[in-house]
Amino acid sequence: MSKVKSLQHRSTGSITVRRSRISPLITLSGAVVLVAFLSWAPWILPAATVSIFMNFFILVIMATMWNLLAGYAGMVSIGQQGFVGLGAYATLYFAIKGVNPFVAIPLAILACGAIALPVTFLVFRLRGGYFSVATWVIADSAMLIIGSIALLGGGTGHYLPGLTNLSPDQLNHYTYLATWVVALLVVVATYLLLRSRMGLVLASVRDNEVASRSAGAKVTSTRRMVYIIAAAGCGAAGAVLAISQPFIQPGNEFNLQWAAEMLFVSMIGGLGTIEGPILGSIIFFVLQQLLQNWGAWYLIIFGTVAVVVAIWQPRGIWGLLRDRFNFELLPVGYRVVAGKEVADEAA
Amino acid sequence: MSWVNALVQGAMIGGFYALFACGLSLMFGVMKVINLAHGDMAVVAGYTAVFLAPKLHVAGVWSFIVVVPLFALVGYVLQRTLLQKSIDRDPFTTLLVTFGLSVVIENLLLQIYSANGQSVNIGSLISKSWQVSSTLYISYVSLVVLAVAVLMLGALQLFLSKTGTGRQIRAVSDDREAAQLCGANYRHLFGVAAAIAFGTVALAGISFGIMTQFAPTSGGVNLLFAFETVVIGGIGSVWGTLIGGILLGMAQQIGAHINPAYQILAGNALFLLVLAVRPQGLFGKKTALS
Repeated sequence: MSKVKSLQHRSTGSITVRRSRISPLITLSGAVVLVAFLSWAPWILPAATVSIFMNFFILVIMATMWNLLAGYAGMVSIGQQGFVGLGAYATLYFAIKGVNPFVAIPLAILACGAIALPVTFLVFRLRGGYFSVATWVIADSAMLIIGSIALLGGGTGHYLPGLTNLSPDQLNHYTYLATWVVALLVVVATYLLLRSRMGLVLASVRDNEVASRSAGAKVTSTRRMVYIIAAAGCGAAGAVLAISQPFIQPGNEFNLQWAAEMLFVSMIGGLGTIEGPILGSIIFFVLQQLLQNWGAWYLIIFGTVAVVVAIWQPRGIWGLLRDRFNFELLPVGYRVVAGKEVADEAA
Repeated sequence: MSWVNALVQGAMIGGFYALFACGLSLMFGVMKVINLAHGDMAVVAGYTAVFLAPKLHVAGVWSFIVVVPLFALVGYVLQRTLLQKSIDRDPFTTLLVTFGLSVVIENLLLQIYSANGQSVNIGSLISKSWQVSSTLYISYVSLVVLAVAVLMLGALQLFLSKTGTGRQIRAVSDDREAAQLCGANYRHLFGVAAAIAFGTVALAGISFGIMTQFAPTSGGVNLLFAFETVVIGGIGSVWGTLIGGILLGMAQQIGAHINPAYQILAGNALFLLVLAVRPQGLFGKKTALS
C-alpha cells in the first residue's frame, strides 16, 4: 500500500500516484483493531450475538463472491446457491468418511472449484439472462442429484458427524472462528485479486469488452477463473454453514434464498466495490433483527429497496458515499494527485 | 403400453409448458428482457383467479375473462414504468430488477395467503377424460390446455406477421433506431408486447391452477420449465416453443416412469444436453445467442 511513485512534471511540479487518500497506516491499524476484536468476540459477547455474527460472516462470504462474479466480471448468476449446497454436502461427505469437519472445509472448497470447471463449459455458451437461468438449472439439478443419494441422507437430511467430541462452548467458539477466518480470507483474497493483473483485465472488460479483447486480454479464461473462484468461495460459505447448523438438508443448503440475499446485499451495498457487500450485509442484518417478529417482511422490504437501488442508484450506498466524500477504505485503483494536494493531505 | 402412456401424457403437459413459455419467449424476442418474475406472475394470476375473480361473479374456468385483461393491463403499465426504466440502463439491470420483483412477489404472497396450496375449482370437469384404449386415458383439461396453447401460438404468429402493430413490433425488435426513424413508437410497442406476454402468462397461471395445486413458491419451478422449453425449442421460434414444451414434457414423464424422483432431473438433463450439443436450440437461429 505504501507504493508511492513520484514523477517530475514540467508545469505543476511533482505529481504523485498512490492508491488511497487516507494514509495506508491508518487503514492498516484500523484493520488490526477490528480483526483483534472480531477474533475475541466469542469470549466477550453473548452466545446469541455470536450466532448472529456467524450468519453475518456467511452472508459476507457469499455476497463478496457474488459481487466478484456480477459486479466485476458481469456474470449475473442466480445459481450460486448450488455451490453453497455442494460445499455443505462435500463437508458432510468427508465428515461421514471420518475427516474432521473443520479439516473438511478446504477439501470442500477444492471440490466446488473442481465441479465449477466443467460447468463453465456449459453455461458459458449462453449470455445475459440465459446464462442466469442456466446457472439456476445447474443448481436445481445438483440439488435433485444430492437429494437422491442415500448415503448423504437423501431428501430428509443428515446430521454432520464428527462434532460430538467437542463441548457446546468449544463447538461454538471453533465454528465462529472458522466462519470468521474464512470470511476474512475471502475478502482479503478478493481484494488482492482485484489489485492484480486479473483485476485490471476485469476492469477493462467491464469498461469495453471489444476493446480489451482486441488489446489481447484473455477475457474468456479470466471469466472462467472468476467463476471457479466464486464457486469455491460459495463452497466455503456452504462448508461453514454446514458446521454451524449442523443438520444438513437439500432444501436448506440449496435454497434460492441464498441467491436472493447475496444479490440484494451486493446491490444495496454497492456493486463493483469491495466494501459494498460488507456494508449491505450489515444493513441486512440490522433490518432482519429489527423485523424479526414480522415474518418475511424484511425480505420484501429489502427486495423492494434493491429494485429501487438498481434503477435509480446502481452504484449502491457505498458508491454514493464514495462519490460524495471521495474516499475508499480498500482501494483497488490508483489516484493521481498534484504535488500541492499531497502536501495538503500529509498535513 | 405404459411407456406409450408416459409419452402421451408428457406431450399433453408439453402444451402447458408451451403456453407458459410463449410470454417469456416473446419478451426476450422483442425487448431482449428475460423476465425472471415470469413464473411468479403466473402464480399471482392463479391467486387472482381463486380469490379476486369470484368477487366479480366469475369463478373457476371463466375467471380468465377478468384475469387475462387485467394482466395485460398490468403488463403494459409495468413495461412502461419499471421495466422500461431498467431497459434504459442496461440488460444487467433488468435481470436484477426482475429477480428482485420475483422474490418480493413470492414473499408477499407468502405473507398474505400463507404457504398453503390452492387450486382453481372447475367442478367435476377435472376428472372427466377421454378413453383412448383400455390403459390410455387423456383428461379433457389437458386436451383443452394443449388446444389453447396451439391456438395461442398460431394467433401470436398471425398477429406478428399479418397485422400492422405486429409488424411494427418485429421491426422494433430487429432494428430499433431504423424503426423509430420510420415513426414507430418503441416504448408503446414494447408495452403492447408486454401486455400480450402477461395475458398469456395469466392464461398459463389459471391452467396451472386448474391442473394442479399451486403455492407462493411455485413460481421458480415454473420459470425453469418455461425457460427450458424456450431453449430446447430454439430461441425466437414460435413453433419451436411448442415442440420444446412437448419434448420437455415427454422427457419428464419418461424420467418419472423410471423413478418418480427423476421427473424434473430428466427435464434438466434434456435441457443441458441440448445446451451442450446445439445451444441455439432445435429450431433456433444461431444469431439469437449473442
